[in-house]
Amino acid sequence: MDTSLSWIKAYVPDLDVTAQEYMDAMTLSGTKVEGCAALDADLENIVVGEILKIERHPDAEKLVICQVDVGTGEPVQIVTGAPNVEEGQKVPVVLDGGRVAGGHDGKLTPGGVKIKKGKLRGVESNGMMCSIEELGQTKELFPESPEYGIYVFPENADVKAGENAVKALGLNDVIFEYEITSNRVDCYSVIGIAREAAATFRKKFVPPAVKVKGSGGDVNDYIRVDVKDADLCPRYCARVVKNIKLAPSPKWMQRRLAVNGIRPINNIVDITNYVMEEYGQPMHAYDLDTIAGHQILVRRADQGEKFVTLDGQERTMDDSVLMICDGEKPIGIAGIMGGENSMITDHVQTMLFEAACFDGVNIRLSAKKIGLRTDASGKFEKGLDPNNAQAAIDRACQLIEELGAGEVVDGMVDVYTGIKEPVRVPFDPERINALLGTDISKEQMLEYLRMVELEYDQEANEIVAPTFRQDIGCLADLAEEVARFYGYDNIPSTLPKGEATTGKLPFKLRVEAAARDIAEFCGFSQGMSYSFESPKVFDKLELDGEDPLRRAVTISNPLGEDFSIMRTTPLNGMLVSLATNYNRRNKDVRLYELGNIYIAEELPLTKLPDERMQFTLGMYGEGDFYTMKGVVEEFFDKIGMREKKVYNPQAGKNFLHPGRQAEIRYGGKSVGYLGEVHPAVADAYGIGERAYVAVLDMPSVLPFATFDRKYEGIAKYPAVNRDISMVIPKEVLAGQIEEVIESKGGSYLESFQLFDIYEGAQIKPGFKSVAYSIVFRAKDKTLEEADVAAAMKRILKGLEALNAELRQ
Amino acid sequence: MKEKLQKIRERAMAQIQAAGNLNSLNDVRVAILGKKGELTSVLKGMKEVAPEDRPKVGQLVNETREEIERVLDEAKKKMEALVREEKLKAEVIDVTLPAKKNQVGHRHPNTIALEEVERIFIGMGYEVVEGPEIEYDLYNFEKLNIPEGHPAKDEQDTFYINKEIVLRTQTSPCQARVMEQGKLPIRMIAPGRVFRSDEVDATHSPSFHQIEGLVVDKNITFADLKGTLEEFARELFGAETKTKFRPHHFPFTEPSAEVDVSCFKCGGKGCRFCKGSGWIEILGCGVVHPHVLEMCGIDPEEYTGFAFGMGLERIALLKYEIDDMRLLYENDIRFLKQF
Repeated sequence: MDTSLSWIKAYVPDLDVTAQEYMDAMTLSGTKVEGCAALDADLENIVVGEILKIERHPDAEKLVICQVDVGTGEPVQIVTGAPNVEEGQKVPVVLDGGRVAGGHDGKLTPGGVKIKKGKLRGVESNGMMCSIEELGQTKELFPESPEYGIYVFPENADVKAGENAVKALGLNDVIFEYEITSNRVDCYSVIGIAREAAATFRKKFVPPAVKVKGSGGDVNDYIRVDVKDADLCPRYCARVVKNIKLAPSPKWMQRRLAVNGIRPINNIVDITNYVMEEYGQPMHAYDLDTIAGHQILVRRADQGEKFVTLDGQERTMDDSVLMICDGEKPIGIAGIMGGENSMITDHVQTMLFEAACFDGVNIRLSAKKIGLRTDASGKFEKGLDPNNAQAAIDRACQLIEELGAGEVVDGMVDVYTGIKEPVRVPFDPERINALLGTDISKEQMLEYLRMVELEYDQEANEIVAPTFRQDIGCLADLAEEVARFYGYDNIPSTLPKGEATTGKLPFKLRVEAAARDIAEFCGFSQGMSYSFESPKVFDKLELDGEDPLRRAVTISNPLGEDFSIMRTTPLNGMLVSLATNYNRRNKDVRLYELGNIYIAEELPLTKLPDERMQFTLGMYGEGDFYTMKGVVEEFFDKIGMREKKVYNPQAGKNFLHPGRQAEIRYGGKSVGYLGEVHPAVADAYGIGERAYVAVLDMPSVLPFATFDRKYEGIAKYPAVNRDISMVIPKEVLAGQIEEVIESKGGSYLESFQLFDIYEGAQIKPGFKSVAYSIVFRAKDKTLEEADVAAAMKRILKGLEALNAELRQ
Repeated sequence: MKEKLQKIRERAMAQIQAAGNLNSLNDVRVAILGKKGELTSVLKGMKEVAPEDRPKVGQLVNETREEIERVLDEAKKKMEALVREEKLKAEVIDVTLPAKKNQVGHRHPNTIALEEVERIFIGMGYEVVEGPEIEYDLYNFEKLNIPEGHPAKDEQDTFYINKEIVLRTQTSPCQARVMEQGKLPIRMIAPGRVFRSDEVDATHSPSFHQIEGLVVDKNITFADLKGTLEEFARELFGAETKTKFRPHHFPFTEPSAEVDVSCFKCGGKGCRFCKGSGWIEILGCGVVHPHVLEMCGIDPEEYTGFAFGMGLERIALLKYEIDDMRLLYENDIRFLKQF
């Protein structure tokens, strides 16, 4: 929504503020001004000049020398190349040292262009006559401008040589751009904003006094209106104007429309646009002679009904779209656009004015369906006040009379079924103060409310909100009105009192924080990727056709296929990020992400999916599988998972290297997996090095996590160390050996560690040499040789079962 | 005997003096005090001394021994100090050579900003809660006073799974979920991912993060909201930060406000960063709408509350002067390493 300051001032005559003051105060009272543009920002020292005499330039065929009266007594001499100058014309003249906004090609120069006197082909020139473009405007907005050349004031324009031309053109104005919130439908109009401005600056609000003289006759003799679908059309007002005299609208109206960015066309069109801006009520004008049976019917369209709108496009409706029809056919899409078949042409004689109120939601949905959003639909979809329709149509008729554009037939056809009454809200100043934390007197509150026409019914102790204030419905709404005129700035700042509460981070988030700490200690930086991705990622990850991960939640209106499913695995995001880094030649990249995957219990979704937080690590460059495994174990240590972790090489992940992957198990449960990315998958993502990933399913990890620690004492008695070295078939896993040591080691077994593993020349084919250092210790005594010997014997026996040959 | 000892002493002193290093000093010790040393042999010869003279001679021997030992020790200490000094001199390094850094990873700027915000509110007694990212329309809209057909529903460009289930467009549904649990008073913040169907560009992302805040208790006022957020802004952006509350509209709060903070780059004078205004918009807030309280089973006659919501990316972009939102989701290590 834009308005000019001058238009606001028309209804708040005492308003005397600078643009900045206006912006600041309006914003603080709730009408946010987002920007402002002074039309004359780059116009300086420009006056009306009257061309007294024109002579040919002695040395230039295309130049002429003008003597121009600029009101200073002595004419000034100006040389121009403009083709359209004539003696007696009044034109805008920028004098020596003044500024214009840009060139006559319409290109604006920030800060303007300074004009200095000088010589043109040897002849002195003391200024410049201006085209409309040089004044920063367009021919569209100033239709009287010549096709090419200097702007010439119309002969009937009431301007005198020497007066301020910027003012004469109505350019001494400021355009404000507002951000109107959706609850304040009334402020999508000049009058609505003027009302707020009057209240903000505590000035008198003087809206137009609407009165239609009428020219006799009875509207009912001209038109009959039936509203079949009243649910979508609570009110339909129609008036008739006869003996139309199409003409350009007066300059003042053109100017107001122009500064609001609306192109003047003719008096009838301009009046409808003017009233739409002024009252926020869209209007439509039909050529009454094209309306079959002089009859209007408002009804829903037939499914698939076709209609040509006045822009010449054929549109297809469905049965939820509301149509305006005559006795035979549709003549307009309600609230969106009129039809080609009933539009006003130059031959119009009698006209039907329509000011209606349509269901906002329906208009919004219809405009969307048809793919046609217009200024009118933009207003209707906000849900207009039906009581505004009559004021608007009368205002339009008043303007018709004032402009001499036609004769208004007496009476108005008014089909008003959805009558809207003012809302009444009990007035409770104490509670308002309690809500705001203020101490404002009742009288003061009432004064604020009255400023915006919220009247007090003393008897009922109620505030009566006019119907255009659709946002007022309860005490909190009144509190807001009081607050914004009292000033949010003036409300004190306090802190909540009452019962103290403990600030806390839930356990899940503490574990996630631990994950971040460990990942970062280990050199991994945190990435973030989108929750939605392409269904193609499943193929890219080489998932089986039946893989449950393919059962993803689908977005019904995605931004595109690439963002259409909710991820069921965090891997794609990680691999894409690694690939991005690889492409950009970043070396030794380590990334982690903490983000949800979404697992549906059943599809299509009937209840919310399971959102599972995944701790995903990915890297390429320095490090290998065991580096990644180390990070995983550091994390487990950090969150108190000190029991045995089992790494099952049969993880069954197609996207991982078949010989370098492991399912991570803890406490008998699967908690995640890690491995080297399958070379084919790495290729598909464009990662040209070995890459490793680990994914921990946090909901599976959480039940095992704890931040409790217990001090176990430092061992008092000496340890006994035993090293064993064995040759064992290659396929036996370290995990299996360790399982034997662990299970057979007995209660004195304290720890064990792999210290050598070797395959090669000295070892027979198919075997490897493995060596462990085992530590025994008792808590309560110094171990005897016999204690350890027994344990070692059990271990060795167990290892023999794995076909280990011991090397003593 | 006395003379003999005197001679030994003198010789020892001379030898100590002459000793050039720790080894030769040790040789002196061995030669004189060692098992076969000169002084030791004197002691061994005690049996030849008359018994009545023995105590006196013994004392003399001991005195000599002690003196030699003392001088030897002194010399040794001196020499050791010298040796250490030599060693230190030889060990001078170039301290300006590159550091050997542990390759630690870096936290995402979003997370750093979030942790800041969490720290401030946890300090004020707020609990951090989470809600589902895929959410019922009921919680995302209806319970927040945004019924079917409400323009706000369209404005938010919602991603739909189906009619009832959406990708949450805001963290505000967490408000409704927490209120419904009915545990009062409430002081919570709810950070999380939200989604809107905006095409990706320098200032938009279809997926971003918000932090929601909610306080519900008896006698909560708009003034409390102001005080709380002013405190927050000073903590987050510096003690000098000023705030400006502008009336605004949100369906689930009334009265509502948008909050600007004085530009933390120019201090409010106006600069390129704040587009000359001196202010930067950071959040929306308001007094919880009585209908919302009611719909969530809280009696608005007894309880009031306030709520606020802010965009995490916005804060991260502002604080770290990141000029393109896309950088946050590319995960280029050269970007991440700067935080």
